[in-house]
Amino acid sequence: MRKLKTELNIKLDKRSIYLRSLVVKCLYGGGRGHMGSAMSLIEILRVIYDKVIKYNPKKPYDIKRDRLILSKGHGCLALYAILADKKFFSKKKLSSSSKFDSILGGHPERDKVPGVEASTGSLGHGPAIGLGMAIAGRLNNLNYKTFVIVGDGEINEGSFWETAMMASKHKLRNYYVLIDYNKIQSYGQLKEVLDLEPLKDKLISFGFEVNQVNGHDVEKLTKVLKKKCKNTKPKAIICHTVKGKGFYFAENNPFWHHKNSFTDKEKLLINSCIEEK
Amino acid sequence: MRQTCLNTVFELAKKNKKVVFIGSDLGPGVLDSFKKKFPNRFFMEGVAEQSIIGMAAGMAFDKFRPYVNTIATFITRRCYEQVAIDVCLHNLPVTLIGNGGGLVYAPLGPTHQATEDISIIRVLPNISIISPCDAHEMKHLMEQSINLKGPLYVRIARGGEEIVTDKFKPKIGKGIYLKNEGEYCFLTTGITCQIALKASEYLKNKKNIECGVAHLSTIKPLDKKFLKQLMKKFNKIITIEENFISGGFGSSILEYASDCQIKNKPIIKIIGLKDRFVKKYGTQKELLDYTNLGYMDLANKMLKFIKE
Repeated sequence: MRKLKTELNIKLDKRSIYLRSLVVKCLYGGGRGHMGSAMSLIEILRVIYDKVIKYNPKKPYDIKRDRLILSKGHGCLALYAILADKKFFSKKKLSSSSKFDSILGGHPERDKVPGVEASTGSLGHGPAIGLGMAIAGRLNNLNYKTFVIVGDGEINEGSFWETAMMASKHKLRNYYVLIDYNKIQSYGQLKEVLDLEPLKDKLISFGFEVNQVNGHDVEKLTKVLKKKCKNTKPKAIICHTVKGKGFYFAENNPFWHHKNSFTDKEKLLINSCIEEK
Repeated sequence: MRQTCLNTVFELAKKNKKVVFIGSDLGPGVLDSFKKKFPNRFFMEGVAEQSIIGMAAGMAFDKFRPYVNTIATFITRRCYEQVAIDVCLHNLPVTLIGNGGGLVYAPLGPTHQATEDISIIRVLPNISIISPCDAHEMKHLMEQSINLKGPLYVRIARGGEEIVTDKFKPKIGKGIYLKNEGEYCFLTTGITCQIALKASEYLKNKKNIECGVAHLSTIKPLDKKFLKQLMKKFNKIITIEENFISGGFGSSILEYASDCQIKNKPIIKIIGLKDRFVKKYGTQKELLDYTNLGYMDLANKMLKFIKE
C-alpha cells in the first residue's frame, strides 16, 4: 500500500497539466463542477484518446469507431477537456460549462456534446449500455472496442454486477471496464461507506481478466490498455488514482469532490498548480 | 394475446434483420422458433432487468430494434430509471413488452400485479403506450411498432380475450368506436373494452339506455382528434382502466379535457383501481369483480352517473 501511495505521487507532465487547465476553464466558467472526480480521470482519458481508441472528430458517430462511455458522468469536465483538445468541439465552449445555453452540462449528454456516447449521471447505467454496444458490434461483424469508465463509488450499484455477469456470459473480449479507484466517494472513504475490497478477486470471480495499474502513470496505462487480447474474457482495469490529482490541497479531500463556488484564495491555489513553471 | 404479440415480433424479425429479442429469464420454450431461426438475435438474459434495459439501449444506439419482454411489473417499476434515462431520455426505439398488465397475475399477489404501470410509464417523455384489448388489435399494432422512431411500452393482457375489434384495422395512435350511440359513453383501454361492451349491452337490453363504447388502444400519445369529437358528441363519459385511478388512463383524459377548446364540455368520471394494493388472490375476473370493475358495476355506475 505504501508503495502504491508513493507511485501515485507521480509528477505530472506538461500535457497532463495542460488538460487539467482545460478542466479549470470549465470550473471557472460555470463557477462549479465535480473537480476532484474529474482530476482523477485525466490520465485515463488522455491515454485512451492519445494512444488507444479509433475516433474521428468529424464523424463522431462513425459506425466503426471505438466506443467510450463515461459512466461516472460527474467526471465529465475531464471528458469535455479531452474532447475539446481532440477537436470534437471548440475549446472556447469550455468556459460556457453549466451555463443556460451551453452544450456542456454538469453531466454529459449525447444529443448535445459531439463524441459523448451516452447521457450519464445516474450511476451504474453505462456498463449495460456499453454491453449492448459491444454485442451490437459483434452482430455487425465490426471489431471495435467498447470502453466504460466507472467510478469506484458507482460500483456500489447492483446493476454493475448484473452487467458484469452478462459480459462474462457473452465472452465480450472487446469490452473494457475501467474503474477509477480513487477510494473516496461523496461522503468519505469507500472503506467507511461501502468497501469494495477484495475488488480484484470479485472481478475475477465475475469472469473478468483483471489488471491493476497506477491510473496516473501514462506509460503503464498505455501498456495495460494496449495489451494484446489473448482470451475471450471481458477486461477490467482497476486504475488506482488520487481524487483531485494535481491539486495538492484537493487531493484525497472529499470537500473538493464537488464545488459550487471558488473563493479568490482558492483560485490562487488552483492557478498555482496549472501555471507553467 | 401474448403469443400473438411474440409471434408478431418473430414475423418482424424475418423481415428486418435489426430486430432482436431480449427476455429476462422467461418460461421455458418462449419463442423457440425465433431462437432456432435467428440464434444470434435471441437473447435470454438473467433476472437482471436493469442491465437488460441498458443493453437494449446500447443496441438501439447501433440501429438495432430491441423487443424486450418480461413481466409487466418488472419491466416498468424494477428498472424504471433505466427506462427513463437509457431509453426515454435518448429517445431510442426500444419496445418494452410487459406480460400481465393489470390484475392478470391475480393468484400471485400484489408483487406481480401491474396496477400502476400505465401511470408511471405515461409520465416519461418520448415513450408511447399501447394496451390492446384482443389478439386482433395486438397483431396489427405490433406490426406497426417497427415504424416507431422512439420507445414503446406494450401492455399485454391475460390472453384468450373475446375478439371484438376484428371489423377494424387498428392503428397506433387511433381511437375506435365499438358502439357509437346515445348521449353517454364508456371510454376504455385494454380489456376494459370488453367489460364496457357487456355493460352497454346490459343497459340497452334491461334499461333501454343507449351507451357508446369508445376504445383507445394507444394510451400515449392520445388521439386528440378522436377525443375532441368524442367530447363534442357525448354529455357524460366514464373512463375505465385496470390500473390505479391516480395518474392513469382516466387522468390523461381529464388532462386533455382541461385543455380541450370546445363549448359544453362533457362531464367525465374516471373509474379504475382505488389507492390500495389488491390483497386478494383467485382469478383476474374475481379481482375485477372485487375491485368493482365487473360489467354490472360499470352498468350501475353509469346509471347513477346519468341520474346525477
